[in-house]
Amino acid sequence: MVATLEQVFREEWGRVLATLVGFLGDFDLAEEAAQEAFAIAADRWPRDGVPNNPRAWLMRTARNRATDRIRRDRALATKLGLLAADAREEVLMNPTIFPDERLELIFTCCHPALTVEAQVALTLRILGGLTTDEIARAFLVPEPTMAQRLVRAKRKIRAAGIPFRVPPAHLFRERLDAVLAVVYLIFNEGYGGRDELAAEAIWLGRALAELIPDDPEVRGLLAMMLLHDSRRDSRFRGGELVLLDDQNRSRWNTTQIAAGRAELDRAIALGGRGSYVLQGAIASLHAETPCDWAQIASLYGELARLTSSPVVELNRAIAVAEIDGPEAGLRIIDGLGLEDFRYLHSTRAELLRRLGRSDQARDAYRRARELTDDGAERRFLERRLTELSATMDSG
Amino acid sequence: MKYIMVIYQGDAQERQAALSEEEQKQVYADYQGINEMPGVTSVPPLGQPENATTVRVEGGKALTTDGPFVGMKEAVGGLFILEADDLDAAIEVAARVPAARYGGAVEIRPSEVNW
Repeated sequence: MVATLEQVFREEWGRVLATLVGFLGDFDLAEEAAQEAFAIAADRWPRDGVPNNPRAWLMRTARNRATDRIRRDRALATKLGLLAADAREEVLMNPTIFPDERLELIFTCCHPALTVEAQVALTLRILGGLTTDEIARAFLVPEPTMAQRLVRAKRKIRAAGIPFRVPPAHLFRERLDAVLAVVYLIFNEGYGGRDELAAEAIWLGRALAELIPDDPEVRGLLAMMLLHDSRRDSRFRGGELVLLDDQNRSRWNTTQIAAGRAELDRAIALGGRGSYVLQGAIASLHAETPCDWAQIASLYGELARLTSSPVVELNRAIAVAEIDGPEAGLRIIDGLGLEDFRYLHSTRAELLRRLGRSDQARDAYRRARELTDDGAERRFLERRLTELSATMDSG
Repeated sequence: MKYIMVIYQGDAQERQAALSEEEQKQVYADYQGINEMPGVTSVPPLGQPENATTVRVEGGKALTTDGPFVGMKEAVGGLFILEADDLDAAIEVAARVPAARYGGAVEIRPSEVNW
C-alpha cells in the first residue's frame, strides 16, 4: 500500500524536525527549513512521485534550505563556522543515516522551565506537526495568543539554555513524568469530544512507547488512552453524554480495546504498578461486561494511596457505591472537599437519586450544572433535572 | 552559557536564624561550597534591603526613597555569576543554595545583551 502524502508528512515531521534541531541548535531555523522542505514535497511529489526514501529526501532538502538561509544571513555566518565543526553534519551528509532525535526533542519541549501550556503547545507543534491555528482552535484560544505562546517558548529555550538531550539518569524519571503529564493533558482535553487531540495524544503515546520501549508507565499511559478512546463513539449520542452503563457496547472499538490490553500486559510484565499502569488496568476493567467493581474499587484505592488525589477517591466512591450501595459511596464523597469540582456534585446527585432523595439530588444536579460549561455534559444534567422534577411531581 | 543567579531571601533569613547551631554551620558551609564551585564567580555580598536607597529621575531631578524598589521580602538578597553548560546544570546549582530550601528562591537569569 502506498502511504498518502499526509501520512508520510505526519510520520516524518517530528523526526525531520528533531534531526534538524539537533543539527542546527535552533528551533526557528529548523522549523522554517522543515516547513519549506515539506512544502516543496507537497508541490513535487504528486507530480514526480514520492521518492524511495522520503525521510532522506525531506532531511536533505530541509538541511540544504537551512544552509542556504544561514549563508544568506551574514549575521549568522559565524554560526555556520561552528556548525561545520559539528560531527552531526557528517551524519547528515550521509543520505541514508539520520539519528532519531525525537526523544531529545520531546524532553526539550516538556522541560519544566517552560509553563505547562507552553509545553503542550510546543509538543503539538514541534512533534505533532499541528499548525498554530489548529492548536489554538483545539485549546479555544485566539490564534495570535497561541502564536505568541509558541514564539516565547522557543525564544526561552534558546535564551535560557534549555538542553536538547535525553536527561541523565538522575533526572530521567521526573522529566519523563513531565512528558507523560503533557501527553495525558492533551488526551484529557480531547476526551471532552475534541477527537483530534485524543488522536494526537495516542499518536504521541505510541511514539514514546517506540522510543522508550521498556518503561511500564509509558505503556500504561498508552493502554489507558487506547482503552478510554475505544469507547469514544458511544460516549455521546445526539450531542449528549452517555454514561458507561447506558453505552451501546457494539460501538466500542474492539481492535483498540485489544491493543490497549496488549500494552497493559506489557506494562505489567515490565513490573509496572505506577499511576498510569493502574489507570490503564482500571480502564481495562471498565471495558468488561459485567464490570468487576470490587477489583476497580481496590485499584482506585491503590491509586489514591499513590497520588493522594481526592479526584481518585471520588472515582473509588463510584465503584464502592456499586458494591456496597449508594450510602457507602456518599460517605466517601462527603469527606472529600472538592466543592468546586463539577463531577463531585454530579456523582453525589446520581447516588442521591438512586436513594430516592430527590430534593437533595436536585440541589446537587443544579450545583453541577452551575459548574459545567461543556454542552454535552450540561444537556445531560438538564435531562436528569427534568426527569427528577417529573418523578417529584408524580410522587 | 553565562547565568546570573539571583537569590531572594523571602523567609529564609528568619528561618535560618531559628536553626540549631549545627544547621546554621551547614548553611554557611553550603554558601562557601557554592562560592568555590568551578564556574562560579561571586559578587560582594549584598547588605540588608532596609539599608537600600532607591533612585528615580523625574524631570531631570533625582528622587530618592528609602528601601528597595520592591517590597522588603521581594528584594534581591544576593547574586552570583555561573558559567554552566545549560539550564539543567544551573538548576542543580540553584537547588544547593540554602535560601531556596528555607522559603526563599533562586532566579536563574541567562546573561544576554538586550540592547
